[in-house]
Amino acid sequence: MASLGELTAGITHEIQNPLNFVNNFSEVNTELIDELNDEIDKGNFAEAVLIAKDIKENEEKIKHHGKRAEAIVKGMLQHSRSGSGQKELTDLNNLLDECLRLSFHGIRAKDKSFDTKTETSLDSSLSPVAVVSQDIGRVLLNIFTNAFYSVMQKKKTNGENYSPVVTASTFREGNTVKIIVQDNGNGIPQRVIDKLFQPFFTTKSTGEGTGLGLSMSYDIITKGN
Amino acid sequence: MKILVVDDEQDVKVLFEQRFRKEIRDREMEFVFAFSGEEALVYLNHHQHEAVLILSDINMPGMSGLELLGHIKQKYHKPPPVVMMITAYGDKENYDTAMNLGADDFLTKPVDFTTLKEKLKAIQ
Repeated sequence: MASLGELTAGITHEIQNPLNFVNNFSEVNTELIDELNDEIDKGNFAEAVLIAKDIKENEEKIKHHGKRAEAIVKGMLQHSRSGSGQKELTDLNNLLDECLRLSFHGIRAKDKSFDTKTETSLDSSLSPVAVVSQDIGRVLLNIFTNAFYSVMQKKKTNGENYSPVVTASTFREGNTVKIIVQDNGNGIPQRVIDKLFQPFFTTKSTGEGTGLGLSMSYDIITKGN
Repeated sequence: MKILVVDDEQDVKVLFEQRFRKEIRDREMEFVFAFSGEEALVYLNHHQHEAVLILSDINMPGMSGLELLGHIKQKYHKPPPVVMMITAYGDKENYDTAMNLGADDFLTKPVDFTTLKEKLKAIQ
């Protein structure tokens, strides 16, 4: 189960990048405005217009990255809330992408050697679906974390010859949306499949996992939705 | 001075072109951009000896900046390009790994461009 520490690490990383852009483009614009005033003083209005255009484009970038950071914080609040139980119209593609990135960076923060190719195939025709997004988010996080764990384990034994890949896709099937997560990890033997959703059942070594992730997810999916 | 910047974020290119506009305009520095470790290696293979300095993010999908660093320091010897890592992960473990792989410097995001400019000018 993705721990609070992993989530925090993932989120911190996600926010650093947009903040980097907000701060830097803002500083650039301060310099550009000085240049703009210089050109106006010299009467170079053509040059001034060009600089103004750059300033405006930079403002758009600041806005874009500021909104990115805002969305990340909102997402973080959603995940930390203990499930209000309210169903809200949710963009499942966005949710999936966010959880994938959170899980990826969370694990990366703890294990520097972790690296996996991730691929998404998202159906752009999906319209928002009424779900309890923090619950679905938690399920997705658990599934992604498990997928990453599996490929990491395989990488330890197979080394150079193995390219770990985790794929997530969404598509519409009639009245329902299907979300599929695949990994090319070690697979699950039948005897494990039988016990998969039991609380506290885990194939991980002591301390690595609580064995609650999938059982919680099973509850969320079967009882909530 | 030709500088290769490696980062998966597209806006990094715009940011650098803006923050170094004077240096670029006065032809003191020239920037090229790769958006993945793989792209960076392709560039280096085709333009050997051109980029004297490489600024790379650590955390990228696919090949990480640290892997890229390892490849560069192993393969390109005479003279070896200067490689500086720029990353959001400013922890000791990443720092140590980067230094052990031969990184020439290590900067954390958000990037302080004043400091970066000083470091680049010191190399020139």
